Amino acid sequence: MKKILIVDDEPNIVMSLEYIFKKEDFEVFIARDGAEAIEIFENNKIDIIILDIMMPNVDGFQVLKYLKADAVLSKIKVIFLSAKNKVSDIELGLQLGADKYVSKPFSTKKLVSEVKELLKKK
Amino acid sequence: MSSFLVISIIIVYLAVIFYVAYWAEKNSKSIWVNNPYVYTLSLAVYCTAWTYYGSVGLAATSGLKFLTIYLGPIIIIPSWIILMRKIIKISKINKISSLADFISLRYGNDRFLGALVTVICVLAIVPYISLQLKAISETFNVITKHNIITNTVINDTTFYIAILLAIFAAFFGTQNTDASERHKGIITAVALESIIKLVFFLVIGIYVTFYLFNGPSDIYNQASLLPDFHTKQSIGGLEGGFNWFFMTMLSMIAIMLLPRQFQVTVVENEREKYLKKVTWLFPLYLLLFNIFVIFIAWGGNVIFKNQQVDADLFTLMLPLINGHEFLALIVFLGGFSAAISMVVVSTLALSTMLSNNLIIPYGFLKKYSKGESTQNTESIKNIRRIAIFSLIIVAYFFYRSFTLDRSLVSIGLISFVIIAQLGPSFFCGLIWRRGASKGAKYGIVIGFLVTTYTLIIPFTIDFQIISSSFVQEGMFGISFLKPYALFGLQFLEPVPHAFFWSLFFNMLTYALISVNIVGNYRERNFAEMFVDSAKYATLNEDAYVWKGEAYVRDIRNVLIRFLGEKRTERALNLFNMKYGIDQNILYADARLVNFSEKLLTGSIGSASSRILISSVVKEEEISLLEVLNILDETQKAKESNKQLQERDKQKDDFLDTVAHELKTPITSIRALSEILLDDDQIDNSTKKRFLTSIVSESERISRLINNILDLEKLATGKEKLDLQKNSIFETVKKSINAVYQIAANKGIEINISGLIDVEFLYDEDRIQQVLINLLSNAIKFSPKETGVVSVFSYLDNNKFEISVEDNGKGIDINDLISIFNKFYQSKNQTILKPVGSGLGLAISKQIIESHNGKIWAENIKPQGARITFRLPFNTI
Repeated sequence: MKKILIVDDEPNIVMSLEYIFKKEDFEVFIARDGAEAIEIFENNKIDIIILDIMMPNVDGFQVLKYLKADAVLSKIKVIFLSAKNKVSDIELGLQLGADKYVSKPFSTKKLVSEVKELLKKK
Repeated sequence: MSSFLVISIIIVYLAVIFYVAYWAEKNSKSIWVNNPYVYTLSLAVYCTAWTYYGSVGLAATSGLKFLTIYLGPIIIIPSWIILMRKIIKISKINKISSLADFISLRYGNDRFLGALVTVICVLAIVPYISLQLKAISETFNVITKHNIITNTVINDTTFYIAILLAIFAAFFGTQNTDASERHKGIITAVALESIIKLVFFLVIGIYVTFYLFNGPSDIYNQASLLPDFHTKQSIGGLEGGFNWFFMTMLSMIAIMLLPRQFQVTVVENEREKYLKKVTWLFPLYLLLFNIFVIFIAWGGNVIFKNQQVDADLFTLMLPLINGHEFLALIVFLGGFSAAISMVVVSTLALSTMLSNNLIIPYGFLKKYSKGESTQNTESIKNIRRIAIFSLIIVAYFFYRSFTLDRSLVSIGLISFVIIAQLGPSFFCGLIWRRGASKGAKYGIVIGFLVTTYTLIIPFTIDFQIISSSFVQEGMFGISFLKPYALFGLQFLEPVPHAFFWSLFFNMLTYALISVNIVGNYRERNFAEMFVDSAKYATLNEDAYVWKGEAYVRDIRNVLIRFLGEKRTERALNLFNMKYGIDQNILYADARLVNFSEKLLTGSIGSASSRILISSVVKEEEISLLEVLNILDETQKAKESNKQLQERDKQKDDFLDTVAHELKTPITSIRALSEILLDDDQIDNSTKKRFLTSIVSESERISRLINNILDLEKLATGKEKLDLQKNSIFETVKKSINAVYQIAANKGIEINISGLIDVEFLYDEDRIQQVLINLLSNAIKFSPKETGVVSVFSYLDNNKFEISVEDNGKGIDINDLISIFNKFYQSKNQTILKPVGSGLGLAISKQIIESHNGKIWAENIKPQGARITFRLPFNTI
């Protein structure tokens, strides 16, 4: 079973994502901010992270930087899921090494297929 | 040493210098080329062959006086951090490429003044270049033991060296038509040569002091036995003090105004901040260079005491007579480096002046205004190349025909005094806005005439005839007109004497004419820009006042003739973008006129570019007062424009945040609805949970929209307050009723025992909105079960304050003010996103402020937050 980590501070968004990925047979982990997220992927072998950007304390960009600084953690796939959709934000996200940048509001089907596709890639 | 060997070494050495320059030109972005050290070292072009040989000569014959030449720079350089920065800033903004350009622009692009400065510089510097060639030739003869001066040009090594230098300067000096661009190749080569000359001079200094003698005290002991020793090593009382003073002043001016110094310091400056390094490193360089001068001079005096040896050649002769040919070669190469860097940079600077301030404005403008861009730029480059060759060849023949037997120092100092004539118009022009072009012209001419009378003529006569009645008795035998003791001023030596009188008359003329003349508006415009450069620097093109009529098309056509189609289009596009001007606009404004003049200035000089541009525009005369008013207004407009931009940015940020805040609930709604739509097997309880969320997120959106509209209405004053006489007690009670249930659910007590009832005018609905907001915040941040929220009030003669307190963990000190901003989210927020729009406090603040009240937040002890608002009784 693949392990997915959902990082977002909006409870309803988390609820919908949790439902979708459980249905797709993922083991789902949930973090409500960056700090919680770090704790989770340090202790569990996570395959893919869906990461919000604007969060209290540690934001999404900081989480990604943390991941990319570590040889093992940097292999985890990361999808940014954010309502910030200016070109400059997207460019910054991808430059930092995110695999995908999905803007909110998102299509659930499309998000699921993006996740699956990413996991197929080595 | 055989001349063949020395020539081979010179060729190898020059090849290395050429290669370094070539490399720097190719790698002009490299850190090895662009750094403050290269910049500082390039300033050391100040130390010429004159420093190498002449200083020692002067020290040997007249003691410490040589120091004044370096004392001036050391004293003035710390002030560069302000003074030179200003000069560099002005030059960069206006694309100034030479000293002549700088002075002519300051006095309103005066063509004649630019030409005059150029002529003065050429007159001063060509003999100085000859001096360098002479030094090369003499030292070459000494080292190869040629005692006879070669007779023909054809077999004179110096001639070929001069030609090679001309090729070098012409090749690396005209890579770009725009002379205000930097010449990285030449500068890097000069910096390298500065290292070489210093190191080699230190080597010979150490050799003389510690090898030929046993250290400084040994030299001193032996030298002090020589006759005259002690008089030489003192300043020489008050009279001597004046001599020192004027000589130091002279070198202060020289370090800034010698054309080669202006070139390296101002034109070649890449970054202003390099000046910081210069302020200590360059004085240090000069100090190092001078440490051993006095020891070599004393040593020479001791060793050659009974021989006829030219003191200028001590540096070279000392190792030579001791059989250390290799050391002598090093000295020769050091002096050679010093000489050639001076020759190259000086001819580069002079050729730019000759082309941009004399030849083009007086001879080629008509041709260029019809020519094509490639021909024009090639022609400009050719003028400069020919100028470089002519300068060096004229200097060479000057040295050949006047067997300059005078010591190196005297000719160099005459150059200094001539250049110093530019001092008043240059320096006063920077600080005195009334300084006028006519004053500058007459001042320079009169200063130069006085110099000619008191220095150049007697010097030339002295050197041909042993004694002359002109020098001895003065013109027509009038003793007041004695060239070396004008008006009976006897105690100054010839150079400081000439310096004093020439500058005295120069400044007097400049000042008298300037105060009695009202310059034209153009002159005053530039005066204003130069004197107050800090104030107008931000205005850029706007700083130039111009009224008239011009077609963009005509101006474009002029630009194309020099820059070519492509570069012109690019420059104009950038310009239009910068000022948000429509591409297809027909008429040009002042900014375009000024911008185009600047564009051409680097290539053809400021006077020519002004003449060319004004040939296609119809200009109206403006009064001085108008110039000053417009300048002032433009500056003010610029400032208010900045404020507008700031407000625009705030608006953008606000819209960004609104969009983000709206998208968040929409995201939840969309995701949850999609699940409900796609998933048929979803169980009922989940379905219900999802639908409840969709409803609450929809409510969140409408709340947000209402709040934004509310805020907008309040902020723009579209909604009038409904002011009625109300009881505050009743209003608080109504508000508490609205939040009572939430508080009860959380087990929180609401205490209103400290509330006084007053009746006064206010909009009850709005104040209730504020109170509900404050109360629900307080409830939200109070601890479950133990939370207490208190409302109390304070009454004064004309105002009423009401506070809402909780016993939660308080507000971060950094957030006490910003919590009232729209959508403010604390950076130190530890709790999860609060429910609400993020606009509550912003709206509350707006409501209180429309009541002419005030709202603020503070922390209380032992713990908790308090938000208080104050309402005046006389609201209206």
